[in-house]
Amino acid sequence: MSRFPDLALGLALAALLAAAPAAAQQPAQEAATAAAADATNLTEANAEEVEKASDAVEEAKPADETAATPPADPNASPAASGEGAGRVLALGRAALPEEVAAWDIDVRPDGRGLPDGQGSVVDGEVLFTDNCASCHGDFGEAVDRWPALAGGQGTLADEDPVKTVGSYWPYLSTTYDYIRRAMPFGNAHSLSNDEIYAITAYVLNLNDLVDEDFVLSRDNFLTVEMPNAGGFFQDDRDTVELPEFTQAPCMESCKAAAPEITKHAAVLDVTPDTPDDGAEAPPPMQ
Amino acid sequence: MTDSPVKETAKDAGRRRFLTAGLATGGALAASALVPARAIAQGADPLIAEVQPWAVQLGDGVDAHPYGTPISFESDVIRRNVPWLTAETMSSINFTPLHQLDGIITPNGVCFERHHAGSIELSKADYRLMINGLVEQPLVFTYADLERFPRENRICFLECAANSGMEWAGPQLNGAQFTHGMIHNVAYTGVMLKDLLAEAGVKPEGKWLLAEGADASAMTRSIPMEKALDDCMVAFRMNGEALRKEQGYPARLVVPGWEGNMWVKWLRRLEVGDQPWEQREETSKYTDTLEDGRSRKWTWVMDAKSVITSPSPQAPIRHGKGRLVITGVAWSGRGTVAEVHVTTDGGVNWHQARISGPSLDKSMHRFYYEMDWDGRPMLLQSRAVDSTGYVQPTKDALRRFRGLNSIYHNNGIQTWAVNAEGEAENVEIS
Repeated sequence: MSRFPDLALGLALAALLAAAPAAAQQPAQEAATAAAADATNLTEANAEEVEKASDAVEEAKPADETAATPPADPNASPAASGEGAGRVLALGRAALPEEVAAWDIDVRPDGRGLPDGQGSVVDGEVLFTDNCASCHGDFGEAVDRWPALAGGQGTLADEDPVKTVGSYWPYLSTTYDYIRRAMPFGNAHSLSNDEIYAITAYVLNLNDLVDEDFVLSRDNFLTVEMPNAGGFFQDDRDTVELPEFTQAPCMESCKAAAPEITKHAAVLDVTPDTPDDGAEAPPPMQ
Repeated sequence: MTDSPVKETAKDAGRRRFLTAGLATGGALAASALVPARAIAQGADPLIAEVQPWAVQLGDGVDAHPYGTPISFESDVIRRNVPWLTAETMSSINFTPLHQLDGIITPNGVCFERHHAGSIELSKADYRLMINGLVEQPLVFTYADLERFPRENRICFLECAANSGMEWAGPQLNGAQFTHGMIHNVAYTGVMLKDLLAEAGVKPEGKWLLAEGADASAMTRSIPMEKALDDCMVAFRMNGEALRKEQGYPARLVVPGWEGNMWVKWLRRLEVGDQPWEQREETSKYTDTLEDGRSRKWTWVMDAKSVITSPSPQAPIRHGKGRLVITGVAWSGRGTVAEVHVTTDGGVNWHQARISGPSLDKSMHRFYYEMDWDGRPMLLQSRAVDSTGYVQPTKDALRRFRGLNSIYHNNGIQTWAVNAEGEAENVEIS
């Protein structure tokens, strides 16, 4: 349980929220209903709304469950006692802007979804050491079988490519997005937007893509050039492989000579439940 | 639960000695093969000649197992992990015991698991599914809402794109479970994604869909709208019962024929957009690096593939020469499997295998090839041909296009070398 120090706190919070008196819910519910009217206009919350909503979301939690219609059982479909917001079958209810903002934290390559904020390489180094280095190593070189984040540039055509943020990842937005949604492992959603900018900046620095005095922000985010941005192309199996792989198969006398064994799995001996399994384990899957 | 009233007797022990005496020696993986190859008649079989305890005493009552699990003799039919593959088990994978299964349906308890932040417990009561982005009306559904949409049933395979990924550079793992076990084939009950999206009203510029999970990895994948509206489902049942926790209870995405990573579990959000999001799992992972260092992206479709599940390294031949049933599974992300061919001589001559059971679009197929084995070593392979005419290639043919480092989408023909004792090994051949 020590992996999840926030769990006890979270449970306590949940208990408090559940115990909130009905009277206290009323204003929140009205606000939520008013906000629902704006929901149709919402496509993607801008950064300011995201910030605001993040603050508001804990307070709004009781309203979340009673917003569109207030059934006694929040899991009873709203449409059971009236009309849902769905356009064909009248199922579901309108999503509130703060609900959308709470969950819609994705960031696209064009920067859409980036929150306001900034973070420096200098701050990022401290944050990285505290939050990331136990798995990724102090310099992003990776501990054990955890993913390396730095190095490997120019190795993609090698026998053993080293795929890191610097050598492989085509878009910087993916780094920010992924840290924001899933890192640190076992303690997701614990870093602030500025802290994520700082850690992202430090990872760039570890890859020699920005200097030590660099400060990453929403404004300069798209100026960072990722070395392997041009290294990807769309699946072309249909045009490249299918002409060969749709030839009528040979059924008889398909080989001139009797085939011989060229490689044995037993040589490596990495199968579980066999002697010495994993002794010469190949690189990990991530 | 009470103990079984059938107790072991001295007679049992004697029977066990009789049984094991008939076993051929050798075979590191033979521990599970406790059924003798052939009973050599040395007088009357005590299993027949003597009254056995199960024919005397009473078995379990109906209340003994309110939710049934396999009998103790089958306790080795389990998912297995390959510990060296990943840093730890919460972001890892285990493998379906293909070598011990038959038919086309994978039992729920042995469907392989792949998690990126552990398998979470999310109740139906706490479940919410949001649709947002380029829609006329952003919506939130409860679990109860999902059950009010028209339901569909469909059997399809889910194969991890990394299935057989450890075999690109050469044979590495000795067992169909490990080389091919990142797959399962399940009957899903759920609702069509297009019906859910219609409730929100997709705007004309909405060409992509982002699916997101509720676990701590918040798994995300971009799916083209054309596929989303075609045959994708949000499923809440597998093989009739609720989804297993490790398969995304209470609701997951089903993306027939496409790589398993896109089948987002614990599905919590669907966002409509006008371009892909290029998330971690579709850039840094699940992209296929070719020999020149450039990488294919959006390799969603699973190519046709097959494997002989028995005999195989974990399922050696124990009965000696004579009648032999060769069996395996085949599937294609492009349609049905039209034919499966089996060779016993490493691909010099191929034979039509017999497909038995339902032949369904983007589902596993079961094949059999029955023969008389003369007891000589064999090089066993199977080759699937799908309904589009795609012929499962050799591993070397794949390597000519992709090199050794593409990790994903290895659908090459698998070879098992069976020796005169019936033991099988994962090999490659000329």
